[in-house]
Formats: sequence, structure tokens, C-alpha cells
Amino acid sequence: MSVEMSPNKYAQVPDEHGRFGVYGGKFVAETLMSALSELEALYRSLKDDAAFQAEFDADLAHYVGRPSPLYEAARWSDMIGGGRIFLKREDLNHTGAHKVNNTIGQALLAKHMGKKRVIAETGAGQHGVASATVAARLGLECHVFMGEEDVKRQALNVYRMKLLGAEVIPVTSGSKTLKDAMNEALRDWVTYVDNTFYIIGTVAGPHPYPMLVRDFQSVIGREARAQSLAMTGKLPDALVACVGGGSNAIGLFHPFLADETVAMYGVEAGGKGVDTGEHAAPLSAGIPGVLHGNRTYLMQDENGQIMHTHSVSAGLDYPGVGPEHSWLKDIGRVNYVSATDTEALAAFHRVTRVEGIMPALETAHALAYAEKLAATMTPDQHIIINLSGRGDKDILTVASIDGIELGIE
Amino acid sequence: MSRLPEVLESLRESGRKAVIPYVVAGDPTEALTVPLLQALVASGADVLEVGVPFSDPMSEGPTIQKGHERALAGGTSLRSTLAIITEFRKHNQETPIVLMGYANPLERLGYAAIADMCANAGVDGLITVDLPPEEVEAMNRELQRVDIDNIFLISPTTSDARVATITAQASGFIYYVALKGVTGAGHLDTAAVESHLSLIREHTDLPIAVGFGIKDGDTAGTVAKCSDAVVVGSALVDCIADAAASGLDYENVIEVGAKLISEIRSGVNLATSQL
Repeated sequence: MSVEMSPNKYAQVPDEHGRFGVYGGKFVAETLMSALSELEALYRSLKDDAAFQAEFDADLAHYVGRPSPLYEAARWSDMIGGGRIFLKREDLNHTGAHKVNNTIGQALLAKHMGKKRVIAETGAGQHGVASATVAARLGLECHVFMGEEDVKRQALNVYRMKLLGAEVIPVTSGSKTLKDAMNEALRDWVTYVDNTFYIIGTVAGPHPYPMLVRDFQSVIGREARAQSLAMTGKLPDALVACVGGGSNAIGLFHPFLADETVAMYGVEAGGKGVDTGEHAAPLSAGIPGVLHGNRTYLMQDENGQIMHTHSVSAGLDYPGVGPEHSWLKDIGRVNYVSATDTEALAAFHRVTRVEGIMPALETAHALAYAEKLAATMTPDQHIIINLSGRGDKDILTVASIDGIELGIE
Repeated sequence: MSRLPEVLESLRESGRKAVIPYVVAGDPTEALTVPLLQALVASGADVLEVGVPFSDPMSEGPTIQKGHERALAGGTSLRSTLAIITEFRKHNQETPIVLMGYANPLERLGYAAIADMCANAGVDGLITVDLPPEEVEAMNRELQRVDIDNIFLISPTTSDARVATITAQASGFIYYVALKGVTGAGHLDTAAVESHLSLIREHTDLPIAVGFGIKDGDTAGTVAKCSDAVVVGSALVDCIADAAASGLDYENVIEVGAKLISEIRSGVNLATSQL
């Protein structure tokens, strides 16, 4: 079996218009178009620039702590009885999730553009924390937009951001979650576009964001590919990652896309069940449309209004998804599936108890699906799951669901 | 067939600057919109701009966001907005109507279907905030088929090269966004507006409307001196919402909105009478 990457169609996207097939694009107000063009030109000039890459790699090594380990979850695998399960430990990154890979990269872009003010949207707060962290390190003013609902359920991350010197702005419009935080961040950007860099946290938004966030996160898959070859002598049989906007999933998947033998599963938030309507699974149950600057699968009604979503996990509670995922779904390269709140919580508890690794609730969706998948596989096969974040931020949510009073608010 | 070119041309010939009020269809209720539009015309509006309610109006400030939320709560959609226009057209065949909204409701119903529905309802132009020139081609083709104008936005950040690209595709009028920011924001720098408009006029003879930041007769008058039309949105949405929230009956709520447009009309006439 060939394990060398070759030039392929997956490296050709997005095209010059920022499109992945019919998805992606630049659907924003005229005021932002020049800022997007400027960012795109800068990124194109820097992405193959050796000095920029060296700076990025050095930050990933010395500040983030990369490479993150690939860990074989042997006890959990044995319990399931099937394929071997490996965890790509993005939870061990500085700030506790994969999000920082991207914020390091975008902060370097902000620095090159001479912007003194950065803004970010956040759902679970991981991207907000990762943005506040790089802003603190570079001495930039940082404003994080966060839905009021998420401010409540992610109180620990809100306080972390404040400790890091960021201002957290609760967003009270619409459903008061991630989608509304992104609306508000776009409104801020259109107002302060001259001095502000918008650090988008996922592979969504207008071009060039889906491309550059993917590129920054692809370090996950490049490392995992080499680690898999070193540890098992072969490529994995399957990859599993949770998908909200989809940055951790693209990061893992992208370097493997041309490897036809590697199956891929993106796990969306099934909420109370995809058939109940109370979920956040646009690829499983949505329709293509335009939101937040790109064309992609969306949860929307027959009038084109964006629907409220539901997930136990704030980071997956989003009605859209990155445009590259929409394309990968349509061409059949990646299988998009879902896990419910209940399944994710069960996997959260199981992996915590069996492996001593407490995953984020977002990640727990991937773990829940991987359990089912591993059970269908043989011991000579192996799966890599992106353990995209740690679960400390979720303990209040889990305790409350389990009916336990921790005495802290 | 769009009424905009003929109406705007005859205004220009008579030296009258156009007043364009903006209201959200169905805000505060669907029943109010048709009589409100009629009253705005009677108070001096030359063109009507009707917002299509959307769940995620990304370019709107808090005032117009709330207008969208009220309209959605009452069940107003793109389809019912067009029903409102159809109703209005039973009594008014002259005043041009421009719909302002976002791409997704159009995408959901399909560009071809939307173009036909707009033509049947008597819509003259469309402003779609998140369809910049790079993404508008498919929609533009359908609008041209039914002779509806696609109104482009130009902002203070639009480069000269982009102004050339945009004006080459534009028809009806150009909508100049006077502020970097969302609707209803901040302080208008009229000197900057004037210098941008003269740059745009080097590329096009189309009338230029200016919106964002026009709150009263004074600002409207100042802007009217250098433009062809002024758009009044947040100030109107705000005073109607306040009147409705204070418990006034429909006729009085409409009266409050009409009074603001009368003031704007007077401010514009006063400022431009010596030109």
C-alpha cells in the first residue's frame, strides 16, 4: 500500500473564489470585502514563506507543546472488543484544546498586518480562551463575543478569558448562542475594520477563513499520519472527529483525504435525536444555504430562516458547518453521522473512568460514535479519534445533569 | 418592469431629492405595514425600501435587529412580504419599492422563483446585503430577466477598482453606505461622504442614495445636498417601535412615522432649494 501523499483534488480547493464545489464563497457586506481581500493577499504571500512557517512551527513547539501525543486507549479498546483505538491528544495542548493551533496562526497574521485589536466569537469558550491567550502574549486588545446562554453554561471559561485580560461581551440577540456571537462579531468587525483583526474560530465564515483555519489545523492530521505509521506501521483504517463548525475534524482529516483506504466519520451533535428537530446536525438533516459569509449546509426552515439548535455541548451548538465539510459530504469522501446528548454523556463518563482522560463534551460525541464503529472492526484495524479538548470546562454542566450540587456557581 | 429609472430621472429633472424610508415588513405587525407605507408616501417619500425579515441580519444595528425579531415573531417571511407589496400595489402603481434583505431566504426559495414572485408583486429593485458583486451573478441574471434592478452597496472601504466593477453591473441607483458599521450607528462625517460620492460619480451617472446614520431633517438635508436620495431606516423603525410599545393605536403609530418623514422631507427641501 502506498503511504505517500500525491497531488490530488483535495489540495485544489478552495478555488480562487474561495469555493469548495458550490460551497464557500464570500457572502458578506461590501464594507468587509476589502478587508477580506487584504487578508487573502497577505495569507497567500505568507503561507509558503519559510520564515512565517518557521515562526508558526516554533510557536506550536514551544508555546503550544506540539507535537501532541498519539495515545493508544488499550483498556477502552479491550472493553469494546474490536478495532484498536488511538486518541490524538489535542487536549494536552496549551489552553486545553485544538483551538490554539489556529489562534497562534491568525495572531501571527494580525501581527503582520499591524492590527492592535482582535475580536473572536466563541461557543464553549475554548476558542475565546485561545484567542485571549494569544492576545495576552502579543499585547493585543481582545474582545470576545459569546452568547448569553453560553456565558452561563461555560462560566469557568468566561472567567479564564477575563483573567487573560479579554473583555467578554454577552450576546443577547436571537438564540443567544454561537451563531449570534458570530453575528455580533461580524457587526463589530464591520464597524472597526480599520484596526481590528477578526480571529474566526472554525473552518466557516467568508473566504479566506475556511482555508486558512484548515491549513493551521492540519498540523493535527500531519502529525497523526506520521505517528500512526511509526506506531503501527500503517495508516489508520478510520478517523473520527466531532463536527460543530468542523475545525478539529478538518484538521485531522485533511492530510488523509487522498488516502483512499482511510474511512472518515464526522460526528455531529444529535441533541435529543436528529428526528426530534432538537439537534445541531446540519449535515445530517439540513439544507444548503448562505450564512456567515459562506454557502453551506444549514438548519433552516421553509422560509430560509435559521433555526435554533440544541446540543448539550456549547461548542457544537451551531446551525451551520464549514463549507469544505459540505463538499466532502456531497462527494462522499467523509461520512457524517451524529451522536445524541445522552450518548455523548455516557461516553464522557466511560472514557473518564476507563482511561483517566476527561474529554470535552464536544469530543465526547466523537467518542460515542467511535465506540460503535470500533465494535464492528477487527483487532488488526485501528481508529484515530481526535481528542479535541479536555473536559474541565464542562464539569458544572455534567454535575448539573447528574443532579449534583457543587456549591459553586 | 422597474419603475426606478423613470421615477428617479423625473425627480432629477425637477431638482427634487428623493426621500427613501425603510421599514421592516411586518414590524410591528403585518396589518400595519400597508397603511404605513401609504402614509409614508403621502408624507413625501419618493421610493419605499422594505426590509425582509431574517433571523440573522448581520449588518443591522440593535434597532433594526429588533424590528426583524418583531416581524418574525408575527410570522412575516419573504412570501408574506411579497403579499404585503401585492396589497399595496392595488392602490399605488407609481411609487417604486425596493426590498432589502439577506441572501438565505432568496436561496431557499430559489433565485428564478424569487425573481418571478417579485415581478408579480410589483417590486422594482432588490438590495441583498450579503450578495457582493463576487456572488451576485446568478441572482442578477434572474433579476434582469424580469426587469428588476439590483441595487449595489458601496461603502467607505470600497476601492476605486471595485467601484468601477460595481457600477458596471449596477442599475436603478447606487446605495452608498455612509458609515463603516451597522445600521443606526454613530456620527456621520458629511465631508467624507461628499468626497466619496464625487469619486463614485466619476464612474457612473446612476443616482446615488445615501443611507446609514441619517436621523433627522438636518442630517438628511446636509446629505441631500451632495446625493440624489437619502435613506432613513433606524430612526423611523425606532420611533414606530416606541409608539407601538407605548400603547398608541394603529392610526397614531402610523402618524408618528409619517411625521418623521414629513420632517425629513422638509429638511431635504429646505437644504436643497437654493441648489
